[in-house]
Parts: sequence; structure tokens; C-alpha cells
Amino acid sequence: MSDTLATNIPTYPFGNAGLEPLLPDLGPDGVGRVQLPTGAQAWLFTRHEHLRELLRSADFSSDFTRPGFPLIRPIPEDMPRRPDGSLIRMDPPEHTKFRRILTPEFMIKHIRTLEPLIRQTVVDALESMRAAGQPADLVEHFALPVPSMVICHLLGVPYADHDYFQERSRILLAWSSPPEQVRDAIEEMRAYLTRLIATRRDSPGEDLISRLAAERVATGEMTEEELVGLSVLLLIAGHETTSNMIGLSTLVLLEHPEQLRQLRERPELIDDTVEELLRYLTIVRTGLTRVAVVDTEVGGHRIAAGEGVIALLSAANRDADVFPDGEEFDLHRGSHQHMAFGFGIHQCIGQPLARAELRIAMSELITRLPGLALAVAPGDVRYRDAVVFGVQRLPVTW
Amino acid sequence: MSGRLRVAVDRDACCGSGNCVRTAPEVFDQDDADGLVVLRLPEPPESEYDTVREAAYNCPAAAIEVTET
Ligand code: HEM
Ligand code: SF4
Repeated sequence: MSDTLATNIPTYPFGNAGLEPLLPDLGPDGVGRVQLPTGAQAWLFTRHEHLRELLRSADFSSDFTRPGFPLIRPIPEDMPRRPDGSLIRMDPPEHTKFRRILTPEFMIKHIRTLEPLIRQTVVDALESMRAAGQPADLVEHFALPVPSMVICHLLGVPYADHDYFQERSRILLAWSSPPEQVRDAIEEMRAYLTRLIATRRDSPGEDLISRLAAERVATGEMTEEELVGLSVLLLIAGHETTSNMIGLSTLVLLEHPEQLRQLRERPELIDDTVEELLRYLTIVRTGLTRVAVVDTEVGGHRIAAGEGVIALLSAANRDADVFPDGEEFDLHRGSHQHMAFGFGIHQCIGQPLARAELRIAMSELITRLPGLALAVAPGDVRYRDAVVFGVQRLPVTW
Repeated sequence: MSGRLRVAVDRDACCGSGNCVRTAPEVFDQDDADGLVVLRLPEPPESEYDTVREAAYNCPAAAIEVTET
């Protein structure tokens, strides 16, 4: 292990100061060591080709309870360790089981049937923002409610409770939250969903939680604890991500008026625009963490069993070999190889939903509000210091 | 360069990302019931070769194998 470098290795995570991700200079190979806030060190990979290899490899685990896992925040001692259904932190074969259960629910064909609902939600939110008067905070009136309402509908969570779960998910994702507060937020989310699941078991609806309770928990395929953990994951992942994308995407388009004009003239450019926004923004900026379970190699670099690695998606999505002038936003780029949704068996299961929401939200926004403009200087926009990158507020006029 | 291209998919490895269906819908589909990949054209026409190669490259689970003879 390269402890000799310990004096000048960069400290990770690198912070969210602005639209351009802060990346350490690691030399042409793009591989280095970083110091974690917990005191441990980890390998950092930044090249597109290396991330493809690393994230497809079965030699790495997503289970953060394994020794050596590169934790960014310490897990509180008294944090209950239970097998929950949070598949993002599982390895095969458990991961496969949960992933297979969810796959048909989120597949493209199924999400297509939800598009009318998504469009209605988008249009209603835009109208209520218009009614609230200008300037308005686009995050509060549009970017946050749209994905929240859609995931609530899908899961069967009452949207009326949004203040409760949004506040807790903010705490969970903010880097500045003390570990005890994170633990409490998780426990409260779990308690909330445990109560909801009990209600849905007694009086089921047409939603995913009711269906999983009836078809998977009642049959013994999944425990109730697991359904709780799975629901927490879906509720958080389902609204925090897309909502940050909508806020940031609005900012980027307003900052690129010529491309925005082209998009307004040729609405069919929206699919390429969404892919380029996903690449350019890479909101899971902190990257993906894994631990090696056997001695292995990535791009010829030897990694010992028990060593932590970080796959920096934001850097891979700016890799000049794959995306020339990657720091430029160019909606004509055709960014099909971006890793904004990750890579490997954990690649985002919600991507068809996220794409549909982004396509519909951004198209309706720019057509219904042709005079859309920032109500603050771009330099005054404040970003979130959180696991998922985003803007705190986005005051706009129209 | 002018050889034939054959495609094979590994449903056990597939994680249902749907990338291949977005890239080459003529060649790949997702099963209505389980969401896993279904191969529509094991020997796609030449016009699909580029998209099929792209689909294999972008498959997160390395579940698509392309052989060129
Ligand atoms: C633009 C929006 C989104 C982005 C950028 C995003 C990004 C990601 C990334 C990078 C991963 C991989 C994590 C890893 O490998 O450790 C992931 C996994 C996941 N995402 Fe998303 N996501 C988005 C939207 C959504 C939505 C709307 C849902 C709603 C259901 C969702 C649910 C999940 C779940 C359940 C996983 C875990 C999958 C697994 O472990 O197999 N995501 N997402
Ligand atoms: S791209 Fe790969 S993992 Fe995704 S559906 Fe197709 S075969 Fe399955």
C-alpha cells in the first residue's frame, strides 16, 4: 500500500463548488489514492475504460458492512445492522433476487404507460408555479414536487407527507449531517414506511408497495423488514435524483441560450439533450464506492482484497478519449456511453423513469414558459453539498 | 470486415437495464413478464451491425456477446 504518499494525497470527497466537478490531477493514468474523512484511504479511478472494467467486475462488493469498505461517513456504533432490502448495497445472489423482482416494474415498456400521468403532473406543477407569481423558486415549485409526486403515486406513499420524508432524505444525503442525525433520519423513514406497509397490507391499493406486500411478503419471498428497506431506497432514489437533475438542467439550458433556442425550434432534440445533461451534470458526483473481495486488477493496477475503491463517474464522463471537450455542454454530442446511471449490475434501475420525467419536464417547461430566465446572477446560485449534486434554489421569472 | 455478425445474450447475467432495447430495438427486446433481454434477431442485417456493437459495449452486465466471422 502506498502509505509513503500519505502526506500529499488528496482528500475525498472533493466538494460541489460549481457546475464543473473538482478533480485532482492524477496524471495521465487517472488512478490515485485518496484520503477519506474516516481516516482510511482508497483507490480512485477516473478513466472511462477503467470504470467499465471495475464496475462490471465480480471482484468488488457493494456491501458497506464489509471490512475495508471505503465509507465516507462512519456508521454509528449503535446503528442497527439488519438484512434490509436496499439492493444498492447488496451483492449477488441476494442482489439478483431483489433486482429481478423490481425489473419488470421499472422497465421501459411499463414506464411508457405512466407517461400521461407524468405529463399531467408536470403541467399542473407549472400552472401552480405560474399562479404563485414571479419570481418563483423553480426547485420548490417544479423540480422537487414533480418527481416526488410521481414516485409517491408509483409506490403508494401519500404525497401529503412530503415535508416529512423530504426533510429526512435531505439529512441523509447532506455531507454536513452528523452520523447520529443520519441514523435518526433513517430510523424515522423506516418507521414511517413500516406503518404505511401495515396500512397497505390491510387495505391494498394498485401501487407497488401493496403489490409487493401481497405477492412477495405474504408468500415469504421477502420479509417485511426487507420491503421496508427497499421502499426507503426507492422513495429517496426516486425523487432526490431526478429533482436535482431538473433544477440543474434548467440552469444549464438558460446558460446556453443558443442551444436552448435550437431545442425550442426542434423539439425532437430533447432525447439527445437529456443524455447530454445526464453526462455533463453527473449528479452522483461523489462516485461509486466498492471494496475488493479478492486480490485483483483494474487497468493493470493491482488491488488487494479488502482495499476500497472509488469509481468517479463525473471524471469518466469527462474522459477526453470518449468525450472530446467534455467540459463543454453540447446537446449534439450523442452521449450514449455516459455513466451517469453507473455501470455494472447495479446500473440505475430507475433510468427509464428518470429519462421519461426529464424529457417531459424539460420540454413542457421550455415550451410553456418561453420567457423563462434566471432571477439571480448565475454566480449567486448556491449548490448542495450532498451525496447527490444539485442547486439549493433556482429563482426564475418568465 | 465483410464477415457475418452473430449475437448471443445471457439472460442469467442480464440486469434488465434496457440499454440494448434503446440502442437496437430491432434486435433486442425486454420480456414482458420479467424485463430481461430477449434476442429478436440472432443474425441481424448488416444495417444493424453498428448499433449491435454499441449495445454490446454499453451493456452494463456484459450480457451481450457479438461474434464476427
Ligand atoms: C437522473 C436521475 C438518476 C440518476 C443520475 C441515478 C443514478 C444512479 C446510479 C449512479 C446508480 C448506481 C449505484 C451503484 O452502482 O452503486 C443508481 C442505482 C439505483 N437507482 Fe438511480 N438514478 C436516478 C434516478 C432514479 C430513480 C427515478 C429511481 C426510482 C426508482 C432510482 C432508483 C435506483 C435504484 C433502486 C438503484 C439501485 C439499483 C441496484 O442496486 O441494482 N434512480 N442510480
Ligand atoms: S443492455 Fe444488457 S443488462 Fe441491459 S437489458 Fe440489455 S442485455 Fe440486459
